[in-house]
Amino acid sequence: MPKLYDLAHCRAGDKGDTSILSLVAYRAGDYPLLVERVTIKAVAQHLSGIVKGDIRRFELPQLGALQFVCHHALNGGVTTSLALDAHGKSLSSALLEMDVS
Amino acid sequence: MRTTLRLGGGAGFAGDRLDAPVHLAEHGALDYLVLECLAERTIALAQLRKRNDLAAGFDARLTERVESLLPILARRRFRLVSNFGAANPLGAAEAIVAIAKRLDLPVKVAAVTGDDVLDALDLDAPAMETGLPLSHYGPIVSANAYLGAEALLPALASGADIVVTGRVADPSLFVAPLMHEFGWTAEDVDRLARGTAVGHLLECAGQLCGGYFADPGRKDISGMANLGFPFADVNADGDATLGKVAGTGGRITVATATEQLLYEVIDPHGYLTPDVTADFSAVTLTETGRDRIAVRGARGRARPAQLKVSVGYLAGYVGEGEIGYAGVNAVARARLAADILRERLDGRFAELRIDLIGSTSLHGRALDDLERPYEVRLRVAGRATSRAEAAIVGDEVEALYTNGPAGGGGTRKLVTEQVGIVSTLIDRSRVKPGVTVREWSPHAEVV
Repeated sequence: MPKLYDLAHCRAGDKGDTSILSLVAYRAGDYPLLVERVTIKAVAQHLSGIVKGDIRRFELPQLGALQFVCHHALNGGVTTSLALDAHGKSLSSALLEMDVS
Repeated sequence: MRTTLRLGGGAGFAGDRLDAPVHLAEHGALDYLVLECLAERTIALAQLRKRNDLAAGFDARLTERVESLLPILARRRFRLVSNFGAANPLGAAEAIVAIAKRLDLPVKVAAVTGDDVLDALDLDAPAMETGLPLSHYGPIVSANAYLGAEALLPALASGADIVVTGRVADPSLFVAPLMHEFGWTAEDVDRLARGTAVGHLLECAGQLCGGYFADPGRKDISGMANLGFPFADVNADGDATLGKVAGTGGRITVATATEQLLYEVIDPHGYLTPDVTADFSAVTLTETGRDRIAVRGARGRARPAQLKVSVGYLAGYVGEGEIGYAGVNAVARARLAADILRERLDGRFAELRIDLIGSTSLHGRALDDLERPYEVRLRVAGRATSRAEAAIVGDEVEALYTNGPAGGGGTRKLVTEQVGIVSTLIDRSRVKPGVTVREWSPHAEVV
């Protein structure tokens, strides 16, 4: 089953309890497929239990990228979280495990 | 007036490498070198150090940074801009002068102050993250407004070689030299937005050059042990070309630049800084040569009316403990250990978290369908109100050696004081930036 990993790369950033996942198509031609398959609903389902709040998606065709802003995704916030990866740096890898068949 | 200015990104956080900015300063033909050394929590931690020692409270590695860069600065005549003043820009300026004396090199330092708004803080104001009043959090140890580029202009106009600040919005550290050299004003919103895009691309230093990017077989980056740090050549309209010194490790590509442009951006159509509201959605990144990327097309709107304030508060202590298990039944034995600890520690901590490192510690569950790991580490973390109480977590994990499942090994334990951060807004009129200049020259002493 094809994974998002094969189509795109991802970087995770953080602000407070919000995780920002930048998803970038390797090939410009795959961008429309990302727009179609990597919907807010699909991401919410894939990251269920991790992202506890709303997800907002920005389409950036010029950059071949989708920006996911995930609220309540960092166990209450970077500075006071008990999580090992308090910043959620590794959430980029979690997103890329998504099936995109 | 200059037609192009070269800005270098010499640090992406307080703990960043010290060798990369030295190489960039020596070989980068820079006009300005910017060191971004303040994460959200850094200034609150620095404030705690200042409580114990009034002369402290600036970047713990400031001395190493200045000692390695000042001799190059004296020869190559670039200017250094950094927020490494942290909770004590004035103390940092004094420390820099002391270093210059020791090295027998001339220096003029300008310290930018006014970000510390602890005395002006309204405790009834809501925290942006939760809506709860700031008085809900405590004890509060620091409150620092994000100053903009304008706050640095008097310091740059003073002719200082080194401008040292406390809290300043990261991109503003780069926008300030552009405003100063090109005469941009607060009304030049498109130029400010382009400068902000450049600053944002450079502010994490190595992250533009393949750092936090590399993924073997998919996103290969060579020479990472000597990752070069980036610079940007910026013209008077804010159009820029990114680059790095030839021969250094890493790569700057459209892909690395795209990841960094969007990094931590909550709204790509409205990235807020004290200088401008920047729209990155129409930015184009074009490869113009090896490790050369042209950046165009950011647009700007009026800056936000208020400034963001980062408020630090003491959030108690966290105790942690770890122990490892290996082999065929490793996960089951780690889970048994977890059950034992949950029963023994139940109700004793405000918050307790137990993870299996190697299995579920990062995401709570496995998001792939791979087989079991060969080894796994149990990690326990608990929040406590005192250091002694927090230490119980590690002690209990350690006791699993003789009281827990078979074959547990390699325990580690740790207690850390937690400083939490929440944000609020403050009117610009309540923030009063200032500048203090300190100067020293070997010749002055001779006369």
